[in-house]
Amino acid sequence: MAGAGLLSEFGTRYLVSVVLVTLQVSLVAVGISTLISLAISLTMGFVDFRGKRVVETVINTGMGFPSVVVGLAVLLLLSNQGPVGGGFAVGPLRFGGVELLFTKEAMVVSQCILAVPVITSVSLSAIEDVDESLRDAAFAAGGTRRDVQLAVLREARYGLITAILAGFGRAVSEVGSVLIVGGNIAIRNQSGELVSLTRTLTTAITIEARRGQYEVGIALGVVLLALALGVNAVGNVVRARGEHS
Amino acid sequence: MSEQRNTGPEADDETGWGSTTRRRALQAAGVGGALALAGCTMGNQGDGGDGGGDGGDGGGGGGSNSVGDGTLTVATTTSTYDTGLLGELNPMFQSTFGIQVEPLVQGTGAAIRTARDGDADIILVHARGAEDQFLKDGFGVNRRDVMFNDFVIVGPQDDPAGINGMSSATEAFATIAETESTFLSRGDDSGTNKKELTIWDQSSASPTGSWYQETGKGMGDTLNQANQVGGYTLADRGTFLSLKSDIDLVIHVQGPLKDGPAILRNPYGVIPVNPAVHDNVNYQAAMAYVGFLTSPAGQEAIGNYTANGSQLFFPNALAEEPQFDQYVPQDYGGNTEELRRRRYQHWVDNIVPNDY
Repeated sequence: MAGAGLLSEFGTRYLVSVVLVTLQVSLVAVGISTLISLAISLTMGFVDFRGKRVVETVINTGMGFPSVVVGLAVLLLLSNQGPVGGGFAVGPLRFGGVELLFTKEAMVVSQCILAVPVITSVSLSAIEDVDESLRDAAFAAGGTRRDVQLAVLREARYGLITAILAGFGRAVSEVGSVLIVGGNIAIRNQSGELVSLTRTLTTAITIEARRGQYEVGIALGVVLLALALGVNAVGNVVRARGEHS
Repeated sequence: MSEQRNTGPEADDETGWGSTTRRRALQAAGVGGALALAGCTMGNQGDGGDGGGDGGDGGGGGGSNSVGDGTLTVATTTSTYDTGLLGELNPMFQSTFGIQVEPLVQGTGAAIRTARDGDADIILVHARGAEDQFLKDGFGVNRRDVMFNDFVIVGPQDDPAGINGMSSATEAFATIAETESTFLSRGDDSGTNKKELTIWDQSSASPTGSWYQETGKGMGDTLNQANQVGGYTLADRGTFLSLKSDIDLVIHVQGPLKDGPAILRNPYGVIPVNPAVHDNVNYQAAMAYVGFLTSPAGQEAIGNYTANGSQLFFPNALAEEPQFDQYVPQDYGGNTEELRRRRYQHWVDNIVPNDY
């Protein structure tokens, strides 16, 4: 019933486009964040250096970093008045600006900043939890450092999947920063249909709250929950498969 | 010109990054990340949008003589969007000019800030004082009046402050303050918020106390919240009418559309961003948008737009008699012979090459 009401409210095209933008932005952001986070947590998990505790503290603080602050910082960075949007100079070299503000790319940037600490922190603890004896065994078997790292990653894979899912949760449920850097833009296409450009499920809900359309907002929230549930279910299937093999 | 401004010392102040070297490092990291992201295409859902620009790049302006290129970022207020007016007008504009409109819905203060930074191509807002400052600072050109309605003071039906039917907005505000009835303020530097503060300024009371609450939200949010808590608020008539069927609030003090005080007037203006200040803006498309809004067809569409059976906005761009004051700040006095002579000399000194 709520679903049917939702479709008559905007048309299927709008709902689908909002869901697609949500998924595109969050999945791309989580993909990029995973690569960055793995690099960081592998380095931290295998190399001892001075100030490692400090770095860990910073990463753990980043997990709770307020998304609106990230949004504002990314806005300043990407604005036409900022270094990325307006170009900058390093000595005699001048770099032209790239217009990224109010695009999906800008939303990916801010979601990456939010997701990296979460994924790094959880995956780092997964890597550190891997038994020392496994590393020793891998070394003893004549493995190179990369072999050892791969062995540890393989052992920690369930923890890594949890890390990625946690990062996805942080990205997809976030509203503060994507509202600021994405601009919550929906456009009318040639056939007059409303289509999301930078509007995600969370920011679409803010509009419904503003309009007093609380039921529609809740319905969108249910769609968001279903989406998060689906992604987590896929993650769990992957994890379960790994356990059986 | 604008590039120098970007790397000037004020950038430090705004971002608060302390040392220059650190800022450079951050810049480099940011650009690297941004470029990497720009490379990864994310497949827009058709519609020919490139998700990126406004038809021009940072370097060289529009690059085409056609106005049918690219997209137009319109920074506007919640009242034009939440009423559904822009949802009606933008498709008409798009089908006429082939330009995709991307509405950026903010308060008037935020919309003007976005345009000052060159991150929007045009603003459609309602706060003449702030618009005039925007013009005076050189960020906007070719302002036009578009339409108007008025503000109304709304509140719960039982009217605990007893302001119903008052003919003075300042008196009504003072009464609300005296009786300490709950009053919700937008508190977001929007056009409505600016107007509300002006009324408080002119009234004998000051908005202090736990009865005066800032929501920090849009007009619709604030009306809904006032509805929930049984409070008073200042609303533009358009948004109020479009929400009327969903809330129990009623108008207690009418605006000038229905014989109310003139202070509650609410005129909307449209201002393209000055392409001499921000060479990245899609100026041609912005002027096409001004042309559309102020054309007979655009004005008729504004006048025909209704919600809950009421007309929300009254078009005022078309007039047989000249309305010069719409183009310049309202206190502009630059029409003396001396000023005109000096301006011409300024052009000669600055634009004509020395060896001409």
